[in-house]
Amino acid sequence: MTQIKSKKLRGILLGAGFVAIAAFVFTGCPGQQRMLDTGDAAQKVYVAPGEHDEYYGFFSGGYSGQLSVWGLPSARFLKVIPVFSQDPETGYGYSEETKPLFNTSYGFIPWDDSHHPHISQTDGDADGRWIFINANNTPRIARIDLVTFETKEILELPNTGGNHASSFVTSNTEYVIGGTRFSIPYEQDLDVPIDSYSDEFRGALSFIKVDENSGKMDLEFQIVVPPYNYDLGRAGKGPSADWVFFTTYNTEEAHTMLEVNASRNDKDFIAAVNWRKAAELVANGHGKTAPGEYYHNYYEGNQGYAISEQKNGVTILDTREIDEDFIYYLPTPKSPHGVDVDPTGEYIVGGGKLATVIPVHSFSRMLQAIEDGAVVERIDGIPVLDYDATIAGEVENPGLGPLHTEFDGRGYAYTSVYISSEIVKWSLETFEVVDRIDAYYSIGHLMITGGDTKNPDARYMVGLTKTAKDRYLPTGPKQNHPAQLYDISGDRMELLLDFPTIGEPHYAQAIRADLIKDNVAQIYEMEDNDHPHALRRIADNRVERDGNVVRVFMGSTRSHFRPDNIEGIRVGDTVYFHLTNLEQEWDVVHGIAIKGAQNSEILVAPGQTKTMKWEPNRTGIYPFYCTAFCSALHQEMQGYVRVSAADSDVPLTWRTGTN
Amino acid sequence: MKSLVTILLTIGFLLTIQACGDDETTDRRADVQQEEGLTEFELEHGIGPITERIEIDEEIDQDLLTKGRDIYEMKCEMCHNMEGRMVGPELGNVLDRRSPEFVMNFILNPGRMAQDHPEGQKMLREYMTVMPFQNVKEDEARAIVEYLRYYAEHN
Ligand code: HEC
Ligand SMILES: [Cu+2]
Repeated sequence: MTQIKSKKLRGILLGAGFVAIAAFVFTGCPGQQRMLDTGDAAQKVYVAPGEHDEYYGFFSGGYSGQLSVWGLPSARFLKVIPVFSQDPETGYGYSEETKPLFNTSYGFIPWDDSHHPHISQTDGDADGRWIFINANNTPRIARIDLVTFETKEILELPNTGGNHASSFVTSNTEYVIGGTRFSIPYEQDLDVPIDSYSDEFRGALSFIKVDENSGKMDLEFQIVVPPYNYDLGRAGKGPSADWVFFTTYNTEEAHTMLEVNASRNDKDFIAAVNWRKAAELVANGHGKTAPGEYYHNYYEGNQGYAISEQKNGVTILDTREIDEDFIYYLPTPKSPHGVDVDPTGEYIVGGGKLATVIPVHSFSRMLQAIEDGAVVERIDGIPVLDYDATIAGEVENPGLGPLHTEFDGRGYAYTSVYISSEIVKWSLETFEVVDRIDAYYSIGHLMITGGDTKNPDARYMVGLTKTAKDRYLPTGPKQNHPAQLYDISGDRMELLLDFPTIGEPHYAQAIRADLIKDNVAQIYEMEDNDHPHALRRIADNRVERDGNVVRVFMGSTRSHFRPDNIEGIRVGDTVYFHLTNLEQEWDVVHGIAIKGAQNSEILVAPGQTKTMKWEPNRTGIYPFYCTAFCSALHQEMQGYVRVSAADSDVPLTWRTGTN
Repeated sequence: MKSLVTILLTIGFLLTIQACGDDETTDRRADVQQEEGLTEFELEHGIGPITERIEIDEEIDQDLLTKGRDIYEMKCEMCHNMEGRMVGPELGNVLDRRSPEFVMNFILNPGRMAQDHPEGQKMLREYMTVMPFQNVKEDEARAIVEYLRYYAEHN
C-alpha cells in the first residue's frame, strides 16, 4: 500500500533497481515468453471458417493516416478505412466525391498521421454509432460512420499545432476534444521569432460539439492556455463526466532540444477542464471571437460530393481574461504522457513517462481541494492545486517509462511501459503491482476491450508495439508494427497471439461485434441515390459536352458498361466519368480505370455513384475496363474511348451493343 | 509435441461438429437435379416467398403498371431486353413461358432459383451470369409483373 504521506516523490531512489529489472525484461528472448500452452492459446483465438469474431477492433494507422479494422480474438484483418490519406485501392481521395474531404486552409492535404480512434459513447459506454480519429500533422478530426464504414466528415482545427490530445469523446458524445501538442502563436500566421515563445505562443484546447442525431461536428469553442505541450486527453465518467483531463509536458516552455530542455521539471501538469462550466461561460457570452481559418468538409444527404465549407473565426475562452475558474492544473510527475480515468470516474491516472511511479489523482479529492482553496499558485489565471491534496496514490515499481492505462472493471489497471517494454497490472485498491508481462517490443498504447469505458468488457487486451525485430519472418530493414493479444480474464495476463498490423497502430478501440454488425449496410439503395450525377435509369446513359467539360453518365452491371464506345472526345477536354453501379446485391462491386488516367481507379459499391476525372493529353484509342472481378464475364467488361485532336470535328457519339 | 497434438485434436473436433450441419454446398457441387427436393408448386412456380397462386385481375391496374415500369427501368433494363436476349433472357414474352408467381420468385430469389431450380440451372448454363437480387420487395415484384403483362398485351 503506497498511500502518499509525504510531499516528496519517493520513487527516485528506486530508479536504479528498475533499470536492472528493465534490462532483464527487455533482453528476455521469445523462448522465455509467458503464454498459455500453445494448444490452449490456439483454441482461445480460433474462430472457425465462416464464424464471426466477438469483437471489432479499430486500430489507427499512425503514419499511414488510415484506420484498420480487425476481428478479435482471431486477429482477422477485415479492412482499411481510408481517412486522412489517399487510397488508390478504393479511389478514396482520388474520386471527385471524396477529394473535398482533403481541403484545408493549407490547401489539398493528401496525407496525415492518425493516432487515437475513439468510438462514440452513450452514458460512458461505447455505442458503435461513429468512430472519431485525429490527424496530428495538419490538425483535423474525422468522423467515420459505422453503418457504411466510411469517412463522412473532416473538421480542421485552427490555431493548433499537432492535434495529438484528440479525438476523445465525452460520456454522451456531447463533445469530441482536440488539443495542441505544439504550442504556436495563437494569432494565426503570426510571423515572430521562435524565441518569443513564452510571450507569443499559446496552447489551444478545442471543444467540438457533436450533433446527437447526425454526428455532425461543430467547433464550439477553444480554451487558450499557457504555451505547454498538451499531450493526451480523456473525458471523465460517472461523477467526473463533466470534466476532461489533458496531460501537459514542457512546462519549461522550451522551443529547442526538448529532449533535454523539456525534461527538467520534476512535475508538469494534468489540466482538469470543467467542460460543462466552460460551455456555460461561452453560452453566457464570456467568450470572444478570434480569427481562425479552417475547413469543414462533410457529406449531406445519402450520396454525392463532399461539401467543403470554408470558415473563419472561433469563440475562445482565454484564462487570462476570465475571472471564473473552469480549469485547474494538477501537478503530476514527470512529463506525463497518457491520462486515463478509471471506470468509476474517481481515479485519474497519469502516465508519468519520466517518473519512477505512476501517479493517481482522486477526482473527489480534487473537488475537495478546489472547495478548500488548496491552490499553490496561479498561472495565467489557472489555479494550480496542491499535489498532496489531489493525489490518491503512487504506484511504485511500475517499470521504466509508464505511458497509458486501461481498466478491467474488476479493480485492476493495466499500464503500458515503454522503455522496459512490458505491461504492469496493478490494483486500484492497494496501488500495488500484482502482475507484469513482456511486450514485443517497446509498447506504446495498450487497449482493453471496453477498457476506457464505464463498463469494461475486459476479456482481451491488445498491446500496440513499435518494433517487430525478430518476431516474424524478416521483411527488410523496415518492418510492420506488431500487436499482441493477451487474455486478461484470469489473475495473470497470458499472451495469446502476436501479429503484424498496418501502418503504425498507435491506439485502438474494440467493441462487441453485436453492437455494430446488424446495422452495417449491404448496399446503397438505388431509390435513395441523391447524387446529382447519378444514373437512375439505364435508358438515361449519355454523354454531354459543355465547352471543354464532358460528362459521361455511365452505368455498370455484371458484365458491361453503358455506354462502352465513346467518340468525339478531344485533347484538352476534361472528362468526368460518373459511374453508377446498378447492382443491388451485397458486395458486388465494379470499378473503372482508363489508360493514362493520372489518378487511381475508382471502386463503386452496389447502388453507388462515383466520379473519375480524366484529362486525355494525346490522341488515340483508350481502353477502359472494370477493375473489380465482378462476374464470370469480367474480362469482357471493357470499352473504348476515341480521343481526337483539339480542333477535330468528330461528333460526340456513344453507344452500346451495336457492333 | 503435446501442444501440437492438442491443436490437431481441437481442429479435428471442430471440423467434425461443422460437418454435421446440413450443408447445401455439397449438393450443389454434386450437380444433382433437385427435382425430387422441390414441391410441385415450386417446380411450376419457382422457389421463393411466393408459395401460392396469386389473384390477378383481367384489367391492367394503371398505378401498379407505372410503379412496375419505374422499377423495371431502374433495376432490370440494363440486363434484359423485351425483345432478344441480352445479359439475361428476353422478357417481353416471359409470361407465355412462366407463371406470374414464377417471375416473382425469380425476381425475389434469383440466386436460389439459379442454384436449385431445374429451369434456373438450365438458364444459368446458357447465360453464364447469375442474376442478382436487386433489392426488390414483394409488392414491387408484383408491380413488375403488371408491367410485363401490359407490355405483352400491347406489343
Ligand atoms: C445483372 C443482370 C441482370 C439484372 C440486373 C436482372 N436480371 Fe433477370 N436475369 C438475368 C440472367 C443472367 C438471367 C438468367 C438466369 C440466370 O442466369 O441466373 C435472368 C433471368 C430472369 C428471369 C427468368 C426468365 C425466364 O425465362 O425464366 C426473369 C423473370 C428475370 N430475369 C427478371 C428480371 C427482373 C424483373 C429484373 C429487375 C428487377 C432482373 N431480371 C434483373 C440477368 C439479370
Ligand atoms: Cu465489373
